[in-house]
Amino acid sequence: MYVVVAGGGKVGANVARSLLRLGHEVTLIEQRRDRFDRLEDEFEHQVQRGDATELFVLERAGLARPPDIVLALTGDDEDNMVICQLAKEKYGAPKVIARVNDPRNQAHFDLLGISPTVCATSSIMALVEHEVPEHDLIHLLELRKENLEIVEVQIDRDSPSAGKRVETLELPEGSRLISVMRNGQSEIAVGSTMLEAGDQVLAILEPGKEDELRRVLLRT
Amino acid sequence: MKALIIGCGRVGSSVALQLQREGWDVVVVDENEDALSRLGEHWPGAFLVGHGIDTDLLREAGIEEADAVIAATDGDNTNIVIGEVAQKRFDVKCVVVRVLDPARAEFYAARGMRTVCPTKTAIDKMAETVRTCELPGARATA
Repeated sequence: MYVVVAGGGKVGANVARSLLRLGHEVTLIEQRRDRFDRLEDEFEHQVQRGDATELFVLERAGLARPPDIVLALTGDDEDNMVICQLAKEKYGAPKVIARVNDPRNQAHFDLLGISPTVCATSSIMALVEHEVPEHDLIHLLELRKENLEIVEVQIDRDSPSAGKRVETLELPEGSRLISVMRNGQSEIAVGSTMLEAGDQVLAILEPGKEDELRRVLLRT
Repeated sequence: MKALIIGCGRVGSSVALQLQREGWDVVVVDENEDALSRLGEHWPGAFLVGHGIDTDLLREAGIEEADAVIAATDGDNTNIVIGEVAQKRFDVKCVVVRVLDPARAEFYAARGMRTVCPTKTAIDKMAETVRTCELPGARATA
């Protein structure tokens, strides 16, 4: 496939390198002269110098073909938003992925319908919560397009669901248990799966159903 | 009427002063607090320091009650995002955005944003002015 990568910093350059190694056709765009010179030694004609929010730069990079996917990976959120809007709406690129540098800007990406997005800060915070849980229900993954999320719940001895089979639980509509992790072993949750204290349960649910799910599994 | 102006450079500050003289209630936002000096010694309106795409700051600056938002920072893409947020999140009726790059200005204008492109204005004006010069030996073109 053909991929245009906007932004040749650590993220963009490594993504471009990985895609090339997988045999894809890639054009990397970098604005800064010093960075571009270094990238050119490695990427040769596959890197172009310019501001990826300028139409002629995008067109020189082949946006009009259009690429199968455009990755907006610069260190500037406003630039990434504009790159995605131009790629999708002006050139009809079927898919974009945007990097969010400041998690406070996530709402702007959502507002403009730019999805999926990747934010290092948010990912790290989700991992921190996973590793050192402060909450009984941990958000592991948000599937924005599907309007679903995956959460992890720790079953305790006094949880109302402990000692019950999954099929007897009155789970809220729009939610389902995925798997149960017990003693380091994970199993797909089926109707006959018995929940026990100490289990780590993964569930998929519509955002906003967390409290109902918590009530059924944990009653807190 | 209430106006919120983001970016207090030469353009933003002059627009702020003009609207204020015309009776508007004007709030100005800039990243740099020194920019306040561009509004003169007796600026009667509010002045906030911060980044124009910070939603909390925009709320503090009163975007929810603003009749007009003018995005005039030195970054085209920042102005565009401010414009989108003002229009789509806060439903501001009059949003005016400065975009220096004529191509981007045209693209966003076609999508319903009120863009002002000083570069395009300068290009048109300069070409027009050259045409009005009376040069000896120049042949009139139809």
